[in-house]
Amino acid sequence: MPKIINKKVDIVLVGLGWVNSVMGMELAETGLTMLALERGEDRNTVPDFAFPKMADELSYAVRLKLMQNLSSGTVTVRRNEQETALPYRTMGAFLPGTGVGGSGVHWGAYTFRPLPVEMRLRSYVVEKFGVEIIPEDMTIQDYPISYEEIEPFLTRFEQIVGVSGIAGNVKGEKVAGGNPFEGYRSAPLPLPPLKKTYNVSLFESAVKSMGYNPYPTPAGIASGSYTNLYGMQLGPCNFCGFCDHYGCLNYSKASPQTCVMDALKHKENFSYKTNCEVTRVNLDNTGTKATGVTYIDPQGKEVEQPADLVILGAFPFTNVRLLLLSGIGKPYNPKKNEGQVGRNLAYQSTGAVSITFLDKKFNTFIGAGSNSVGIDDFSISQIDFLKEGFIGGGIIKTSQSGNGPIKGTSVPAGTPKWGSAWKKAIIENYGHGTSVQVHASNMSYRSNYLDLDPTYKDIYGDPLLRMNFNWHDNDMKMLYFMRKKAEEIAKKMGPSSVQSSFKKVGEQFDVRPYQTTHVVGGAIMGDSKKNSVVNKYSQSWDVPNLFIVGASSFPQNMQYNPTGLVGALTLYSAKGIREIYLKSRGPMVHGEE
Amino acid sequence: MQQCYKQRSVRLNMPNNFLKDRRRFILNSVMAAPAIAMFGLGDVYAKSETPQDSKPRDDYQPLFFGKEEWLFINSACDTLIPHDDNGPGALETQVPVFIDRQLFGDFGHAATWYMKGPFQPDAAPDRGYQLSLTPQQVYRLGIRETNDWCVANYQKSFQELSDEEKKFILEGLEERRITSTLVPLDTFFSFLLQNTKEGYFADPVHGGNKNMQSWVMIGYPGARASYLEWVEKHNVHYPLTPTSLNGKTV
Repeated sequence: MPKIINKKVDIVLVGLGWVNSVMGMELAETGLTMLALERGEDRNTVPDFAFPKMADELSYAVRLKLMQNLSSGTVTVRRNEQETALPYRTMGAFLPGTGVGGSGVHWGAYTFRPLPVEMRLRSYVVEKFGVEIIPEDMTIQDYPISYEEIEPFLTRFEQIVGVSGIAGNVKGEKVAGGNPFEGYRSAPLPLPPLKKTYNVSLFESAVKSMGYNPYPTPAGIASGSYTNLYGMQLGPCNFCGFCDHYGCLNYSKASPQTCVMDALKHKENFSYKTNCEVTRVNLDNTGTKATGVTYIDPQGKEVEQPADLVILGAFPFTNVRLLLLSGIGKPYNPKKNEGQVGRNLAYQSTGAVSITFLDKKFNTFIGAGSNSVGIDDFSISQIDFLKEGFIGGGIIKTSQSGNGPIKGTSVPAGTPKWGSAWKKAIIENYGHGTSVQVHASNMSYRSNYLDLDPTYKDIYGDPLLRMNFNWHDNDMKMLYFMRKKAEEIAKKMGPSSVQSSFKKVGEQFDVRPYQTTHVVGGAIMGDSKKNSVVNKYSQSWDVPNLFIVGASSFPQNMQYNPTGLVGALTLYSAKGIREIYLKSRGPMVHGEE
Repeated sequence: MQQCYKQRSVRLNMPNNFLKDRRRFILNSVMAAPAIAMFGLGDVYAKSETPQDSKPRDDYQPLFFGKEEWLFINSACDTLIPHDDNGPGALETQVPVFIDRQLFGDFGHAATWYMKGPFQPDAAPDRGYQLSLTPQQVYRLGIRETNDWCVANYQKSFQELSDEEKKFILEGLEERRITSTLVPLDTFFSFLLQNTKEGYFADPVHGGNKNMQSWVMIGYPGARASYLEWVEKHNVHYPLTPTSLNGKTV
């Protein structure tokens, strides 16, 4: 079949979620022609997320209608070298999105920024506790950008999103009610905090009485009317309860649709195509210059799209797989500890204490994704790693995003799973439950990495990405520490029953239960070609006209949800492209060879 | 439990044609029965005291299930979520209709699952779903194998057994006391239980939860999706009855 060759564009953007919608806006003023290729369908608030269609738990939260369709391709997973990797055939542990907006449609909209120490984690650990506390197989490293450098971009992304909350540290001044442990902010948050559901208030009172410092978690959910930097208008959230797993029916939850796309569509130099899956980044015969991409169009035809600049802004899995399939960079070899592509895959360490209050009604159908209060008293910057025997930390919080009855009818342990006794327990417990949740860091290790699977293929015959991943004692010890704190808080809230669900030391990665979609790393950023795939501008060391942007660049996972930093790194990259790259069109950083 | 294994070994030693003949006999007797019995509802409802107006319609033509399978599904759903003093059961809420429609559609075909081989069906459970079978196939084989077991051990089909026997058999599937070489019956059971609960609680637009009865039972307001003035009303009962996606209220 002869390949179709499209007219050249200046910039081709791969994927159209948060990264490339923001990238498109930020590069629009250059006047360069941009084409975004999105493998999923087009999606707009109306009609795709409109009421009442969205208020359908079965279709969206259970059958996961907005997520990637795994039938065309997935990842394989193995926990160690002895196992044969098996395909992630049905959705479980993580839920990558697809379509315009990507995972930025169905997220819970927690828009954190990293702690300053998380940007230079290895140096912090070495300086404060000594290099010897870092386990031999742990491969954590610093970002090549300091907190001070990235701060204005975090602020700008928060202003694009329209974050609701309380800034705890504005230009070094502590603000009551905010997080006293956060890094300084150059501006307050754009919107005041959301109203609090009953469970959130109970948690807040309990942790206050214990001497902790509760704060409303920064929410990409509008607490009031807001017009962002791009002229996009958001309206106040009505707590509809169809948030996590759903698109926002109310123009309140931040997403590429609510915050970017309609402004971007007005840019004459931007266009996008959907149902177009990029299969390769094409290189010239030197292997150091990208000439564009190849994609499969909706009719199944192979199309070549020439471009001067290629920007990968897809989910980390896709970014890394495209590098491996295209032969860009050296694949990581964990035995020799050589090569960079695929290295430092990390995830998120999570757990929860489920609590039931038979005497309290939580109206659990009311909610918003990041309707939540948390504490940072046990965050990475607050824990003595030497004393506790692990590296890491996290946030302890409660939230209520809104639950339908299919997913939201947990019953006490020991209750029969069906029959009259089950039904009776459902009636007694429905609407009376909440949880104290731990959302914590996950370090990177030599044995956690991404490569190509030797056996399984996608519908085009290309190898699937293989996820080599298992839990390590360090993070499980940290979770045990967090668990004890969370259980104390849970008990302080005065529930009628308590049930903990935390991974333990020695536990293997289980692909079945949902944990988080925060898969990071594989194309990490660093200060040298020897320790990374991209430089601080997310520019490939090997192919300077290729940028690989997103959580794939995280050297390890921070304790928070990743999107705030993903947005800031995108803005930082865009500014670098505008002000440096387009003037010289070469490597923007000269790291050691 | 011991007795159960013994019965299983009896079934394994039985000549194949006995099972085939038995199946044909059941099928034939169903074919000859009047419509009400054909769809299993007359038989089931003879035993329960469901109010007249909450009876499921008996004219539903299954899209996926065959006649014998339909009898089984109705009977199994009734056992999993029975009608009782606490509220409606799976039959009066039309859960079998929901399951039939799900199996006929994308879910039944595993349309969004990765289904390319090679398959390792014996992989440890924490490796996730690794069967080559779609939910349609799991149900088809699961019902057949369970019914064969019932016939071999009780000389009756599943739906002809007593409530206690049905419970014993479903527990046997769940706890892997009743097994098959063709399909993991615990997987079949987990699909059946999950889909039964889904059909009980999902919006009526999907075929089950007739008249939003399960939502009324637990106090879930359905598709109302607007609660701003309720966020700060703490520990207060929400008074409004549910609405469904098609705009109906109770």
